[in-house]
Amino acid sequence: MNKSISELHEMLVAGSVTSDELVKESLEICKKVQEETNSFVTIIEDAKGSEVTDNLLSGIPYGIKDNLSTKDILTTASSNTLKDYVPFYDATCVKKLKEAGCVGVVKTALDEFGMGGTGTTCHTGAVKNPWDKSRIAGGSSAGSTASVAAGCYPFALGTDTGDSIRKPAGYCGVVGYKPTYGMISRYGLLPYASSLDTVGVLTRNVKDAAIVVDAMKGIDENDMTSWDSSNIHLVENLESSCENKKLFYIKELVDLDNYSNPTDEFKAHIDNFMETVKLCKKLNIKVDAVSVDKDLLNALPAVYDVISYAEATTNMSNLTGISFGPRGEGDNPTDMIKDHRTKGFSSLIKRRFVIGSYVLQSENQEKYFLNAKRVRRMIVNTMNELFEKYDGMIMPVSVGPAKYLDTSKNVKNDETRVLEEALQIANHGGYPSITIPNGFINNLPVGVNITCAIREDEKLLQIANTLESNMNYKNQIAGGEK
Amino acid sequence: MAYKAVIGLEFHCEMTSNTKVFSNAINGFSKLPNQLVAPLDMAFPGTLPVVNKECVRKSLMMSLILNCKQPEYLEFDRKNYYYPDLPKGYQLTQFYNPIGVDGEVEIIVNGETKKVKIHDIHLEEDTASLDHYYDTSNLDYNRAGVPLLELVTEPCLNSADEAIAFLEHIKSIYQYTNISECDSKKGQIRADVNVSIMDEDSDELGTKVEVKNVNSFDNIRKTINYEIERQSKLKDEGKYDEVVQETRRWDDEKGITVHMRSKADAIDYRYFTDPNIPRYKITSEFIENVRKSIPELAHERRLKYVNEYNLSDYDAKVLVKDKHVSDYFEEVIALGSDAKSASNWITTRILGETNKSEEITIDNIFIRPNMLASLIKLINDKKITNNQGKEVFVKMLEEHLTPEEIVKKYEMEVIEDSGLIDSLVDEVISENAKAIEDYHNGRTNMLDYLVGQVMKKSKGKANPVEAKAKMIEKIS
Repeated sequence: MNKSISELHEMLVAGSVTSDELVKESLEICKKVQEETNSFVTIIEDAKGSEVTDNLLSGIPYGIKDNLSTKDILTTASSNTLKDYVPFYDATCVKKLKEAGCVGVVKTALDEFGMGGTGTTCHTGAVKNPWDKSRIAGGSSAGSTASVAAGCYPFALGTDTGDSIRKPAGYCGVVGYKPTYGMISRYGLLPYASSLDTVGVLTRNVKDAAIVVDAMKGIDENDMTSWDSSNIHLVENLESSCENKKLFYIKELVDLDNYSNPTDEFKAHIDNFMETVKLCKKLNIKVDAVSVDKDLLNALPAVYDVISYAEATTNMSNLTGISFGPRGEGDNPTDMIKDHRTKGFSSLIKRRFVIGSYVLQSENQEKYFLNAKRVRRMIVNTMNELFEKYDGMIMPVSVGPAKYLDTSKNVKNDETRVLEEALQIANHGGYPSITIPNGFINNLPVGVNITCAIREDEKLLQIANTLESNMNYKNQIAGGEK
Repeated sequence: MAYKAVIGLEFHCEMTSNTKVFSNAINGFSKLPNQLVAPLDMAFPGTLPVVNKECVRKSLMMSLILNCKQPEYLEFDRKNYYYPDLPKGYQLTQFYNPIGVDGEVEIIVNGETKKVKIHDIHLEEDTASLDHYYDTSNLDYNRAGVPLLELVTEPCLNSADEAIAFLEHIKSIYQYTNISECDSKKGQIRADVNVSIMDEDSDELGTKVEVKNVNSFDNIRKTINYEIERQSKLKDEGKYDEVVQETRRWDDEKGITVHMRSKADAIDYRYFTDPNIPRYKITSEFIENVRKSIPELAHERRLKYVNEYNLSDYDAKVLVKDKHVSDYFEEVIALGSDAKSASNWITTRILGETNKSEEITIDNIFIRPNMLASLIKLINDKKITNNQGKEVFVKMLEEHLTPEEIVKKYEMEVIEDSGLIDSLVDEVISENAKAIEDYHNGRTNMLDYLVGQVMKKSKGKANPVEAKAKMIEKIS
């Protein structure tokens, strides 16, 4: 299971291993990893191998984030409101992988409904980082990321609304790729915030990410925001040269001069990032430091919160326990709905619903929700202008390695909040964005992120692939060989 | 005292379409609950709306017919509230950018022309239906997601007559454009009726009372009249402060309106634009394309019938009232019948039959337009007489045979053989010497008697015109 998709495919075709054997092996590792990291909501014990065809993905086991609808398999979104919900349809992305011959072996845990960046709010309990069990895996795609890092299978599906694929990828030392918004259908993705939600993938190398997204992308008649990407061929164009490409990073976020009291860990993280910038230059990829209005940057977290909580509160209004999910108690429908929701949701979600509802109220909407949408537009305009001059943006992932599960051990620093949330920029603009591992700090992995203009996914993966090939973190597995 | 009533209507109508407005479930009528349901209609997690183009086209057509302004982009908004019949927890509607705003339409009320201002028209989805029983309520999702067109007038109507005339006009347009059947028996229409009263000479609007979910034209009329009377009585008694801004409902059994909720209980629906439906540019090409496809409407057909077909205004009105009748008429004309005959047969005989029972309608009556056209042709070609025609009509319905088959079966065909008529005339002359004498002495009505005798001998099959001509020729 430490192999890449292409390697496994060769073995399957050569007959040195069967799909059944791969699935069985994957399930065994998953059970072990479950004990260590609590990554899964469901282990699909009766999963069987599938026919091996010309398709690179045929016969390969993988993990599915539990906010993706799977026919006849429990789908909870890690929420008590759906703890008994078994869908009767497959999400489009799952269906496409099934058609390619992939075998889903687990449903992975997430921050409830994808809300949260720690992997600690799952109804099955917190997910642990396989590199250090006292640390978070990050979220919301916590189980998917931790299990790929732990070597359960070559890839797992994730979803990304703010940074839910790319931040945990950094914390767990794997590749996390969020394609352009709408490139993969959202049909069957249990929504958090519809205008930001994106299906993507966690892998241990860039090529595997390209293979999986090539198989999942495409226009879907069930999702009006999906678009035709038949002219995009990620794997085919992966090896194109990146010489003379131009990247930028945002000075205000990255230059240590902007921080009055940086921790050693943070300094090390930024130094490590600068090493990657140097590597780019060595590879003839130009990197400029550009300046972006600080007020605009400071608005990032609030803009994200207002828009995503507003969308979330109404997206999740279907969770009433009336036609699916556990029925609430009460003498009348209103009380039953109230009981279901009061018992079902974690306090973090309820807090977000209250804020989301507040900003949509008629007397507040202009001030909060509509202004947030305007600022979002300003952020996107600023980025689009930069993308006219540059091929992409490069950024450190978060402000260091994964934090402790025991929150009292974490150093709180408001100064670094914007950098911590800066991956959200890609969701505001629908931009393709990828995290790859770029080193270790205190024996914990950290990542670097690259973001390009919309529909520039080929270019994004070319740059990521070039960097990956010139660093030593490709295909790394937490705790070594399994 | 009489006051001036001010009435505004919010008229919801279920649209005709193959599928629902945001899902691929069939938009139809089923007696069994939960037969016409797609996953989205029950808001299963992860499902997404897909806008039905047919519904967009039709609502845009209505926007054009009502002379509304169209928005630059098509968008849908979420209206958020919790209710068991609302599976998603929000209704998709058009709040910020309706498909039509600021329209105007002319109607005729008791012979007078009146302009009705349209505030807006918007496309939205219906809710599920709740059936309440003694100790339980059942949910039926057949109706969830059925397309609804909501038309909102300005408060510019002043009587129940005006309101009903307006609604009849709209209903006729809906039927002519196939936007909706507008059938209250199928629960396809619902109106919210806003009524206030004011002094005749005043500019100050009174307190508005809303009566929700009135479900037939008849009840809309009763609601308006009841509210005008109720509010006027309170005002007369000096108790106008008891008229409060509130929502009421029509109690059909008691024939009154009753309090539902006050304005203070109004819900904040937290409207915002649905992010799952990308906004869609409404181009001028699209608008023109839809405009071109607007069919001939009732008032246009009526003018055509009067001016081109020389029918009376009364007959034209009767013919266009129901599109199906008008279509029937047009089909008969298209098959070569003259308008006058077609109109006469339809307005008297055909509608006479369909009015007799609920079972028989213009669409299922045995005599189809092609049969009526054949019947008219038989008469116009003088193959049968007018009186025979009426007989054929009755027998067609009784025996389910075509006019040709009836004529053949009962040997009704008019005798065109002049030799035979000649000999019959001779026979009658020889048998009626007295009558002929009388005729010559000035009793001209004897001619009819003599011709009648010829017809009798021919068993009604002789061409009466020819028989008469022959008789005159021989006895003069």
